[in-house]
Amino acid sequence: MNKILEVRNLGKIYGPGCPQCIESTGPDADTNLCPHCGSVVAIHDVSFDLFEGEILGVMGESGSGKSTVVKALYFDQPPSSGAAIFYDRDKQYELFALNAAQQRWLRNHRFGMVYQNPHLGLNFNISAGGNIAERLLMSDLMDYGAIRERAKALLARTEVLLSRVDDLPKNFSGGMQQRVQIAKALATQPPLLFLDEVTTGLDLSVQARILDLILEIQQELKTAMIVVTHDLGVIRLLAGRAIVMKYGRVIEAGLTDQILEDPQHAYTQRLVASAL
Amino acid sequence: MTPPILQVEGYGKHFQLHEQNKLIPSSHNVNFTVHAGHLTALIGPTGAGKSSVLKGIYRTYLPSAGRILYRDALGHEVDLALAGEHQILELRRREIGFVTQFLHCLPRQATLDVVAQPLLTLGVERPEARQRAAGLLLAMNLPQRLWSVSPATFSGGERQRVNLARGFIAKPRLLLLDEPTASLDPKTAENVIGLIEGLKAEGTAMLAIFHHPETTRRLADQVVELAPPPAVEELLKEIA
Repeated sequence: MNKILEVRNLGKIYGPGCPQCIESTGPDADTNLCPHCGSVVAIHDVSFDLFEGEILGVMGESGSGKSTVVKALYFDQPPSSGAAIFYDRDKQYELFALNAAQQRWLRNHRFGMVYQNPHLGLNFNISAGGNIAERLLMSDLMDYGAIRERAKALLARTEVLLSRVDDLPKNFSGGMQQRVQIAKALATQPPLLFLDEVTTGLDLSVQARILDLILEIQQELKTAMIVVTHDLGVIRLLAGRAIVMKYGRVIEAGLTDQILEDPQHAYTQRLVASAL
Repeated sequence: MTPPILQVEGYGKHFQLHEQNKLIPSSHNVNFTVHAGHLTALIGPTGAGKSSVLKGIYRTYLPSAGRILYRDALGHEVDLALAGEHQILELRRREIGFVTQFLHCLPRQATLDVVAQPLLTLGVERPEARQRAAGLLLAMNLPQRLWSVSPATFSGGERQRVNLARGFIAKPRLLLLDEPTASLDPKTAENVIGLIEGLKAEGTAMLAIFHHPETTRRLADQVVELAPPPAVEELLKEIA
């Protein structure tokens, strides 16, 4: 098995930042807000590896910084510090040293993202099929007929009714919008997919089918995934390994079954004990 | 004699519950070996930490003390207590199987696919994997009408059979068994004992906890008796 992503000492501070920011925040300080300068230390010193075809869970409650990690890696928000190396076939990319055009190329060709909020992942002014076509166009597929066929195949794979290819995303249910987002993310068959709270807020039965779909895709395409969630059930179902975050720091990392059955950190013990 | 596949030296496990500020001892100073084609049985009263030993080897628990030396298929020695997560996942995929008392599987998945799963992750084609799964379920006396539905609604004994079939299918080099025959009727238990003997003959090394002393007597080549761990105060003295 080969490494696909190496993240080292990733940090993100919102605000001016001061020399005391780091020591005044984190799980021990019980806050991510620096009392000296008012900056928010969203994440600090986050490091992990991801292997090909592996699903890594990132768990923690609101404000733990878990979404900031994937948003930094997907170039939505540049980090304040740290490095990440993406290993792609025989190439390797130092993500935060790339220029904007190179970052856009990776986003469009080699990464995929599914957001909790479909408004972030989909263009609501164009049809479901159009959304997928947009991504295919960005990745250099130009033939109209080929694009339409590929879009239809992707929507069929994610179980969106083909009769609705030309409908606008706003006329879809929440579960359907997530399916279109997944189809769009998969359009270029990226080796790396980020999933940010993709089932949060959906009905339980819809959640279950989306999770099944994600697992099937992972088994078919061997896509490596980073799954951000506050839901222990999602972690248990999808992830082989997991990291636990609190106030921007990784407080525990391990095999998923070990974290759930033998959690080491006081916070993780409380989290696992309070799961329904 | 060939070197053992597994050598456990001074294994110990305790849980530190931060919230209640408590130390819970689970296993203490456990030593034994497991050889290819042999079955080592763990015995001892409830609370002696038998399951905790199996979970420590599988790394569902992080061991607190000792070494768990495993000799892999290439002949390399790995201390499972210290091995990296990816190495453990790879060993779980290819070499080390675990049949627990409870069936953990993906919901909404047909029983046949649950059992075939270990083969699919090894790259066996689905039709062949399902065919081998069917063969095992037949040997376990699981009624054929249940094969296409999820085990979610199954009785304890039926689930246990699914669990065993999934554990046996990939013929792991080391198989950990936690009371595999506890909730089976006598006839099915007999079939399972036959399957265990078959796997042993093919060279699988096994570490098992059996509910019935009679099963231990019939299957075990080596019996290791565990004593309950000492009280917390003793443990603390030792750590200090």
